[in-house]
Amino acid sequence: MNKVLYGVTLFLYFLASFHYLLYLINQRESIGKVCRITAIAGFAMNTLAMLHLTFYSGHVPLTNLRESLFFMSWAIMFIYIILEYRMKVIVMGAFIVPLAFLCMLVSVTLPEPSVIVPAYLSSAWLGVHTSFAFLAYAAFTISFATSVMYIIQERQLKHKHPGTFYHRLPPIEMLDELAYKGIALGFPLLTLAIVTGAIWANSAWGQYWGWEPKEIWALITWFIYAAYLHMRLVAGWRGRKAAYLAIAGFGIVMFTFLGITLLLPGKHAFK
Amino acid sequence: MNIVVVGLSHKTASVEVREKLSFQAARIPDALACMGKLEQVSEHLILSTCNRVESYAIAKDADIGAEKIKDFFLDYHGLTGDVYRDSLYSYGGREAVRHIFRVAASLDSMVVGEPQILGQLKDAFDNALNHKTTGVVMNRLMKKTISVAKRIRTETKIAESAVSISFAAVELARKIFGNLEGKSVMLVGAGEMAELAARHLMNNGVKSVMVANRTFERAVDLAKEFDGQPVKYDELFTEMVHADIVIASTGAAHYIITHDDMAKVIKERKNKPVFLIDIAVPRNLDPGINKIDNVYLYDIDDLSSVVESNIKERQKEADLAEEIIDQEIEIFMSWLRSIDVVPTIVAIRENAERVRKAELDKALSKMGDITEKQKRQVESLSQAIVNKLLHNPLITLKQSANLPEGSTRIEAARALFGISEEEPEDGTTHEEAAGTTEVEKA
Repeated sequence: MNKVLYGVTLFLYFLASFHYLLYLINQRESIGKVCRITAIAGFAMNTLAMLHLTFYSGHVPLTNLRESLFFMSWAIMFIYIILEYRMKVIVMGAFIVPLAFLCMLVSVTLPEPSVIVPAYLSSAWLGVHTSFAFLAYAAFTISFATSVMYIIQERQLKHKHPGTFYHRLPPIEMLDELAYKGIALGFPLLTLAIVTGAIWANSAWGQYWGWEPKEIWALITWFIYAAYLHMRLVAGWRGRKAAYLAIAGFGIVMFTFLGITLLLPGKHAFK
Repeated sequence: MNIVVVGLSHKTASVEVREKLSFQAARIPDALACMGKLEQVSEHLILSTCNRVESYAIAKDADIGAEKIKDFFLDYHGLTGDVYRDSLYSYGGREAVRHIFRVAASLDSMVVGEPQILGQLKDAFDNALNHKTTGVVMNRLMKKTISVAKRIRTETKIAESAVSISFAAVELARKIFGNLEGKSVMLVGAGEMAELAARHLMNNGVKSVMVANRTFERAVDLAKEFDGQPVKYDELFTEMVHADIVIASTGAAHYIITHDDMAKVIKERKNKPVFLIDIAVPRNLDPGINKIDNVYLYDIDDLSSVVESNIKERQKEADLAEEIIDQEIEIFMSWLRSIDVVPTIVAIRENAERVRKAELDKALSKMGDITEKQKRQVESLSQAIVNKLLHNPLITLKQSANLPEGSTRIEAARALFGISEEEPEDGTTHEEAAGTTEVEKA
């Protein structure tokens, strides 16, 4: 059952990504419609699959890399669909939906781990901690994608040889604002993830902070985004510099998520 | 019955030739009347703009009709010589329809997507309607042409990107700020182009206007025009902090805003983006300013290159428009075929035969026992009545193929015999077509 849901979700995300990229080249209303339908259908399937997994396994599906990536693609699409609905800018999907598709693709190709979950992973705090963390990651993903779009469009405007992207990308002020909002949303979520993680660590191992690699890198991520918000609000950083910082922040996020998980040992490593 | 286009445009003729062959608005009624005297040619209209002179007509034979109309173009203007004749092109049938659709959709215009041509075509059609030189086919063709042009306008982005300098400025402002609502613009110096750009910006949502000028009185005058705020020249930079868009067009021979000036302004603005437009020649703004983050400086050449790129972009949209035209040609041509005389006669015959058979069967079944001979008698009676009744109408129809008002007759016959399979909205009459165009004009 879940395999089918996984498969259908993956397929719909593939279709959606394909059409969003097509829309970037060829902005036809008919293509935009297909984008919207496939994205929403894919998201619905993704949600169903996740509910199924939760009831089937009896825990929030965030106990291994496979499940985490699955949740991540759900969270990215969740934020993106709200964004598209509010902003009415379909082009952004070309930069965001393929990321959700990639998460889903990697998730599906990973082997399914044993069903037995270690006792310390079935705590309710775990669900809260990891949910916050991945929602934060999803928000940072949006910020990353809009920052990339900003950099492209800013270059087009500065170099004054308007190409394909000039005609298709949204205004740079909007992109700058969205990148900021993504971080303004992700940062408190990341903070909550770190706090709840500490509480969970205390109940599971009797200490709040263990200086694990993942904890250290999460802290670095936190500082980078704190710096972003500080520079933006106090020093008036905007535009290009802010966009590069948001992209760098996302690089660290990816490293914290995938690099640490796969390369370095510790409690956060998914087996 | 063939649709024929004869004409010339900026693509085939120089302005010297075009002006010689053009029809002044006041002379169009006379020209229409003269054209009506041409053999072979029935319905017709004349479209004359500064970039094109064309006539659309219905001719018995496309090639002969086209030659006659070419002769008319030259004779009417008292011209002789190959220079004029060679600049005239002609299309017949399907290609004529394609040409008319392309002209109306502004695919054949000098600036692809410019909106005026459709209005000019509507006027030409109105003119012909008023002088009763069009009939069923031309009216239908013009109505279709207008709807195709509108479809292309809504389904493609052919008219979307800016193709003039002042509109390019608005488009760039939108690419930077998105919504221009609540943004402010500052004019430094005054010039026709700067004022035009400012007006376009205001039409797109910009509310507050500041005007700076070396002579303060001039600034006050201009500010009044825009309902804006005059700025003293020595307060230029303190006020510029509040401007999202700055348009410079002074006659100064040196840079009036330097890199350092702007760096200070942008710092004061807390890096909120600024769009600087330098319309002056020689330039007023130090080009190095563009290197500052969140500052976008465009001079007149930069704006021209944006316009150039937009024209290319419109060209891409034109490809989609051609596809739409292909579809619409099919629809129109199949209608045109249906009103041809032969299919009409066949349809009327078939219709009559069906009725005759049905009635005959009904009658025979009620008669009961009759001899084979009597049966044949009744049958030939039914045949004779149908043939006698249809004889005159069908002969008249056959002849009408050679008459100028032929298509009107065929259309009438189709309606009288109840064989027009048209949806009601397509059954346009003279008056209806005239009515809708009037409404569209208003």
